[in-house]
Amino acid sequence: MLDFPRWKVTVLWLIVALGILLSIPSLIGGTPVAGAWPKWLPQYKINLGLDLAGGSHLLLEADAQDAVKQRLAAKEDEVATELKRDPRIDVGDISTAGGRLSFMVRNPTQVDAAVERLRNLSKPLALTGNRDWDVSVVDSTRVVLTPTASGTAQALKDAMGVARDVVRRRIDPSGTKEITVVTEGGNRILVEVPGVEDPEALKTLIGQTARLEFKLVDLSANPQEVQQGRAPPGSQVLPMVDGGFIAVKRRVMVSGDQLTDAKQSFDPDGRPAIDFTFDTAGARRFGRTTQENVGKPFAIILDDKVLSAPNINEPILGGRGQITGSFTVQQAHDLAVSLASGKLPVKLNVIEERTISAELGQDSIHKGVIASIVGVVGVIIFMLVTYGRFGVYANIALVVNAFLILGTMAMFNATLTLPGIAGFILTIGAAVDANVLINERIREEIRRGRRIIDAVDTGYREAMRAIFDANVTHVISASIMAYFGSGPVRGFAVVLLIGVVTSVFTAVYFTRMLVALYLRRSRPRALHI
Amino acid sequence: MKLLKLVPENTNLDFMRWRNLALILSLIATVVSIGYTIYHGLNLGIDFVGGQVVRVEFAKPVHIEELRSRVDSLGVGEASIQALGNEQTYQVRLPKPEGPETASNQVVSKLRGTLPQIYPGARVDAGESVSGKVSEELAQNSAIAIALAMIGIAIYIWFRFEWQFGVGALLTLGHDIAMTLGFFAFTRLQVDLNVVAAFLTIVGYSLNDTVVIYDRIREDLRKYRKMAILPLINLSLNETLARTVVTSLTVLIALGVLMLIGPQVIFGLAIAIFLGVLIGTYSSIYISAPVLVWLGLKPDSFVKADEKDAAQPETA
Repeated sequence: MLDFPRWKVTVLWLIVALGILLSIPSLIGGTPVAGAWPKWLPQYKINLGLDLAGGSHLLLEADAQDAVKQRLAAKEDEVATELKRDPRIDVGDISTAGGRLSFMVRNPTQVDAAVERLRNLSKPLALTGNRDWDVSVVDSTRVVLTPTASGTAQALKDAMGVARDVVRRRIDPSGTKEITVVTEGGNRILVEVPGVEDPEALKTLIGQTARLEFKLVDLSANPQEVQQGRAPPGSQVLPMVDGGFIAVKRRVMVSGDQLTDAKQSFDPDGRPAIDFTFDTAGARRFGRTTQENVGKPFAIILDDKVLSAPNINEPILGGRGQITGSFTVQQAHDLAVSLASGKLPVKLNVIEERTISAELGQDSIHKGVIASIVGVVGVIIFMLVTYGRFGVYANIALVVNAFLILGTMAMFNATLTLPGIAGFILTIGAAVDANVLINERIREEIRRGRRIIDAVDTGYREAMRAIFDANVTHVISASIMAYFGSGPVRGFAVVLLIGVVTSVFTAVYFTRMLVALYLRRSRPRALHI
Repeated sequence: MKLLKLVPENTNLDFMRWRNLALILSLIATVVSIGYTIYHGLNLGIDFVGGQVVRVEFAKPVHIEELRSRVDSLGVGEASIQALGNEQTYQVRLPKPEGPETASNQVVSKLRGTLPQIYPGARVDAGESVSGKVSEELAQNSAIAIALAMIGIAIYIWFRFEWQFGVGALLTLGHDIAMTLGFFAFTRLQVDLNVVAAFLTIVGYSLNDTVVIYDRIREDLRKYRKMAILPLINLSLNETLARTVVTSLTVLIALGVLMLIGPQVIFGLAIAIFLGVLIGTYSSIYISAPVLVWLGLKPDSFVKADEKDAAQPETA
């Protein structure tokens, strides 16, 4: 028991010093003395959860139907382009009914050539060996492309990755804010933005798919039929933003994918507008299309709504243009940000939303800190009057434990939430349990007539078993909480887990050293415990 | 300095004398608790049933009836309004929006926009909106998590001790959770995600006491092989009594402070754990220990098989 080598003492004190050192930046953060912390010392800091820092939390879920629809539309484009490469293949209109693409091949001898081209277009999927689209021939002239289940799943996965990046760019175009944007569970994206107290602006930014398309207006359509929703073959009816309907050719002439930049600006009449710039390929396509269609109206379509359909007065060759419409400055700005960040490959719905103001968060921190201090002081007094000198050791361990928990959290950059503060207080109250077990056992052994050193030694050894088992039960429940819990609750579990581990260190090993050093130094004749 | 000894030295309380009475009472209390919870239901927060909650802080005290009629006139649905501590802070809760599976709706922002207009200086401190889909998942995950924690801990105890101890731990946990649920059903305190965290904590901490007592029973079983089981359990309980009382008190001091002066948002969590510790202390003495007797724990349960053979002629 008394055999406590110097190196062990040194290591224990070093760990304690490290814990204190690591926790200081988090403790002084936000106070006037924060600047006095030397730059060469560790700067690790505990993150504050949104419930303490204030901010918005949004959980977004991909609209699976929309994902399938968008994928089908993209495939239609791809198929049309591919078939055009072989001038001998002559096909009818492509139908998208029933979630499949199908078209007639007018010359039956060309069916095989068309199928061959489309098969080459479909991609094999990793691992499964399936392809992303099935190509088959029905009634010997009709070619049908059906999306495979694994292809759809893979597409959704890819889309979520892109969507995550797009969402991040939209919320934080400059890439400087401390925001969290992560995918969760395959079809969800979690967004956390500290400091934003009204999530409406966020939702507007994220809510827009921002799929920009330029299509030619179908002038041959009968206006009456268009109002009833019927369009000639090869065209479609779309609603106008200002009301009414318009028929446009299905073929996308230029799309927003080819934009390199978009900015909010004003048109010559001083109304809010959006300036855009195409990349080289986009500029060429845009130039050619406008050149070939001078004098005809050109529909600017955003998310399947026609913003406007101005006449092409002259070819636009520089790859730059302006979109006008009845925007407010804010709308134009949001749209510009959305366009510049790229379109969302899938529509996202907000399925959970939580916002906390910075004031409420500050209030929680304030009350939490006061409750922590009062709680710690209460426990310290209680331990002191119950165990005297051994209570002092337990109390030193308790304070060290508080620093170690904070230091460990800072090192792992863990997030402190409001329930986390409760976990902290709970850990403080429960961590002394190990010392209670040890001290009661020592009392017991002394009553049984053991000699002091023997009694202390037995006390620590016998209590250790129960301490270990009891802490394993905490680890089990806290781990399950960390796994299943969301946000704040996970913060609670993390503090409990860290607290269990550090408390075994401080309450058992650290106090044991303190007691051993005391016994060696003073050689007391009787223990006051 | 004279040290505080809440429990006198060498107590010799006959805990097991009341074991049948205690068990019957506990059983009745558990059944009543579960029955009450099922019959009256819990006051589930939006985390588990979906819906929207707005927390508003006013510059001046506002009468609840006045606020209710104002909110009702906005036509955002049937609101339930609750004062949080004083007449200046209110929680307005609205049912989940009809229609598509989305929490994105205008109600929270409508309140956010209109309340400061009606009441100058009013501030929306927090707004939450949870869709039906998410709330179903949260409720399901919470139930799974609590069940897994209980079973996981029972299995661990079974491995570390004997099967009787595992069953005892599970029954003790069931009792503690049932009683705490009954408390929440009776008081109509709102059950949210934090309260589930509290339940998981109770699962961990209520077992803390049980493990300490079980550990001592195991130790005494090895030490006093000839002692009958009832006096042996009594001895173990008395030996650990001081520790049981002191530990429970330290945890209760810390949690009591949190409950009384801590942030209002986590009151539910604090009171649930506070209560759980109280119930857990009782059940570790009067449920986990007597259950061992009923499950047929014998003085030689921890004697290894070969030792048993060797001891046979002696005991026979």
